[in-house]
This record gives sequence, structure tokens and C-alpha cells, in this order.
Amino acid sequence: MRTLSVAEGVAWRVLHNVFTNPSLLIPSLIFPLFFFTAFAGGLSRIDQVPGFDYPPGYTAFQFVFVLLQSAAFGGVFTGFGIARDFESGFGRRLLLSAPHRTGIVLGYVAAALVRWLLTAAVVTAVALLVGMQVGGGAVDLVGLYTLAVCLNLAATLWAAGIALRLRTMQAGPVMQMPVFLLLFFAPVYVPLALLQGWIHNVATYNPLTRVLEAGRGFLAGSPTEVGLAFAVTAALVVGFSMWALRGLRSAERAG
Amino acid sequence: MSERFVEQVGQLARRSVVRTARQPANIVFPLVFPLLLLAVNSSGLQSATHLPGFPTDSYLAFALAVPFMQGALFATMNAGTDLARDIQTGFLNRLALTPMRGVALLAGQLGGVMAMTAVQAAVWIIAGLILGVHFAAGAGGIAVIFAFSLLIGLGFGALGAFLALRTGSGEAVQGMFPVFFVFLFISSMAMPRNLIEIKWFQTAATLNPVSYLIEGIRSLIVIGWDAEALALGFGTALLIAAIAVSLATFSLRTRLTRS
Repeated sequence: MRTLSVAEGVAWRVLHNVFTNPSLLIPSLIFPLFFFTAFAGGLSRIDQVPGFDYPPGYTAFQFVFVLLQSAAFGGVFTGFGIARDFESGFGRRLLLSAPHRTGIVLGYVAAALVRWLLTAAVVTAVALLVGMQVGGGAVDLVGLYTLAVCLNLAATLWAAGIALRLRTMQAGPVMQMPVFLLLFFAPVYVPLALLQGWIHNVATYNPLTRVLEAGRGFLAGSPTEVGLAFAVTAALVVGFSMWALRGLRSAERAG
Repeated sequence: MSERFVEQVGQLARRSVVRTARQPANIVFPLVFPLLLLAVNSSGLQSATHLPGFPTDSYLAFALAVPFMQGALFATMNAGTDLARDIQTGFLNRLALTPMRGVALLAGQLGGVMAMTAVQAAVWIIAGLILGVHFAAGAGGIAVIFAFSLLIGLGFGALGAFLALRTGSGEAVQGMFPVFFVFLFISSMAMPRNLIEIKWFQTAATLNPVSYLIEGIRSLIVIGWDAEALALGFGTALLIAAIAVSLATFSLRTRLTRS
């Protein structure tokens, strides 16, 4: 109970900061839309490449990537906030005042999720407005958004682990770069089968490829690799939960 | 141009280069990030070369022009942020008390930016050659690309300086990053304009001057000596440089008067 009240307090503070500060809110809304416009608009002819076979079309193909990317980066942006809190000394005061410190991590995770839900709603609305075709039914869409939620949780826990260990805003690239690489080493522009050379090999073994392919399968209404995708995201959430909690212990030791 | 003026410019350009060199993040990130994106995009979009009308069978060659623009984007941000820091810390005010001419400050700052642009251009060209890109315009074309990228660096560096002088805030300059990013992405960066299917995107890319800068460099890599692409590219770069330098010079006068 005490853990939950700490989590509630931390989450409320983060959300209040984000929703009352345009410089924190707008980039997380604008950047996914921007990527969606650039990829789905500029590269739409890619669906005429021989071998490209995704019935809902290129807009839907890119929407899934942008949705998952926004989920992952929503988590990373929250990590920046954690680092800022600890750099400014607020994090130390939080450690002193919280009876159950696990609630601190839980609060940041909850805030990241709520923050991303707004982004997801905006990106989805824009995609539907520009005529995105949806082949999947309600159950498929629940599957797609559940995958994205899991990715958001995993990314937040990853970034929290870094932020709690390094406790400086300079840790930003350390949080961001691995997530960026994992995302872009997946089949971003064309299906896996059309990738050639080294990127095909890397994408084949990249765990996020399974998540992306499953997401696209859900949106098309022909689910594929569902079990593997959920296993990957569950493993990431569990692994990074331990990573974040050990980071919390590291912050506690640092005093 | 007096010897004293040249010395002032030299000193300030040296300061600008040393300041950049002392912050590894300012060197490594602008070099590594565009190369990383080039590697990912050129491999991921190689199959786009199978589209009828695509001008080359190597997406790497097609995409090699993009890092030059990303470099220019970083030049804008670095030049602007450094100059804004000079304003915020009072360095510009102290400099105004010396006999130094205001325009020497701008020229020195831009000299430093162009030195960084030269390093970047050399890295992109060498990376292209190592990765097997055939420059259709040959060695002469490589020299023209190098000169072209310096001109682009001058224009965008001056744009960053103008923003810094107008706002006097590093955060305000950094805040313009997404705007410049939009110009880069809504261009013919990833696809030739005639192959962009979405009409509004094609129109926006046609109106976007960044498209012509990219196509100027790209023509020398992919096509050879294309007079139209080069005229449009150099014309656009010269226009941007002339406008940006004029605006920065005017803003510097205002800023020094205010001081």
C-alpha cells in the first residue's frame, strides 16, 4: 500500500511536469508524427518494390514501426526526467522521504505509460485521418497495443536503470543510442525478406524484429510470431525490472 | 582587408576550432550519427533501387549526399550554441570593449564552423570511397563536392549565428533543431522527387531548398556532370549563404549596439 502511494505521488508529479511544460510534452508528440510523415509520405512507393507484400499498404506498415518507436522513446524520455531529478538533487530528497523506494521506480513507469498513451492516441488518430487501412479486428488491435505497452515498460525500466546509476543528464545518449540502434536494426522500411546484406543478418537476430513483425501482423489481421514477440517483450520487461531495481540500490548506496 | 583584421579573424577561428575540439561530443556525434544512419538506411532501402526510374542500382551512392546535409545541420546548431554561450557568459560584451571589429567575430566563428565542415566532408567522401561508391563525376567531382559542402557549411553556420545573435540563448537555438530536421526529412532525401507518390509531399519537397542542395551533391555521385542540378544546388547554397550572412551581420551590429 505504501509502495503504491509513493508510486502515485511520483507519477502525479512527473505527469504534472510534463503536461504543464510544452517543451517536455511537444517533442514526444511531434517527433513520432514527424517520422510517420517522412516515412509513410516520402517512401510510399516502396510498396511497389517487387516482393513487397503487406495488404493494408505502406502507411499501415510504417504506422506500426512509428507506434512501437514512440512507445520505446516515451520510456527513454522519462529516463531523461529521472536523470534530471537526480542531477538537481530532487531524487535524493525522494529517496529520503519515500518509505518504500520501489514505489519510486513504479511511479516513473506509470507516468511513462500514461504519457505514451497520449502520444499513441494522437499518432493513431492522425494515421486514421490520412486513410490508414486496418485489416485486423478488435482482438488483433489489443494485441498490437499490448505489445507497444510492454515495449514502453521495458524501455522505461532500461532508461531508469541507467539514470539511477549515472544520475546525470549526460547519460542521455547512453539511454537513447542502444534503443535507437535496436529499433533501426529491425526491418524498418521493408519486410525482413527484402532486406539484403549485413542488415538482413542483424535484423534476423534482433529481438525487436519479432515484435515489429508481430505488430504488423496484428494490424493486417494475419497474426504472425505472436508467441515469440510476447516472450521477447516479457523477457525485456522482467530483465529490465531487475536492472532498474539494482539501479535504485546503486542510487541508495550513493546517498 | 587589413593585416590586423585577418589576424583577428584567425584568432577567433582558432578559438572556435579549439573550443569544438575540446568537447569530443561535438566532434564524435556529428561524425558517427550520420554514418550510422547512412549504414542503416542504405542497407534497409537497397530494394528501393528496383523501382522503375530509380537513378542508380546502389542506394548507398544515392544516400551518400544526405550526411553532408546532416553535417550542415550540426554546424548550424554548434555555431549557434557556441555564439549564444559567448553572449550569455558576457564574452561578446567584453569583446565589444576591445578594438576588434564586429565582423571579425562573425568571420572567425564561421571559419571555425567551416573547418569542422571540411573535416566532416572529408570523412563522408573517404567513407564513400571505402564502401565502394563510384563517384560518377570523378576526382573533379569530388573536389566540387568538397567546395559545395563548405559553401553549405558557411550558409548554415551563418544561420545558426543569426539565431544566436537574435535570441541570445543557446536553448532557443537548440529549440530550432526540430524545424531544421523537418526541412531535411520533407525533401528528396530518401527518394527522387519524381518517384515520391504522395502529391503534397512531392510539392513540399519541390519547394524545399534542401532538396536542391542534396540533389546537387547527389548528381556528382550518381549521374556525373549535370549542369541543371549543379546550377540549382550552387544557386540555392549561394542564396542561403548570402541571406544568412547578411542577417547575421545585421544582427551582430544590433547586438553590439545593445551591449
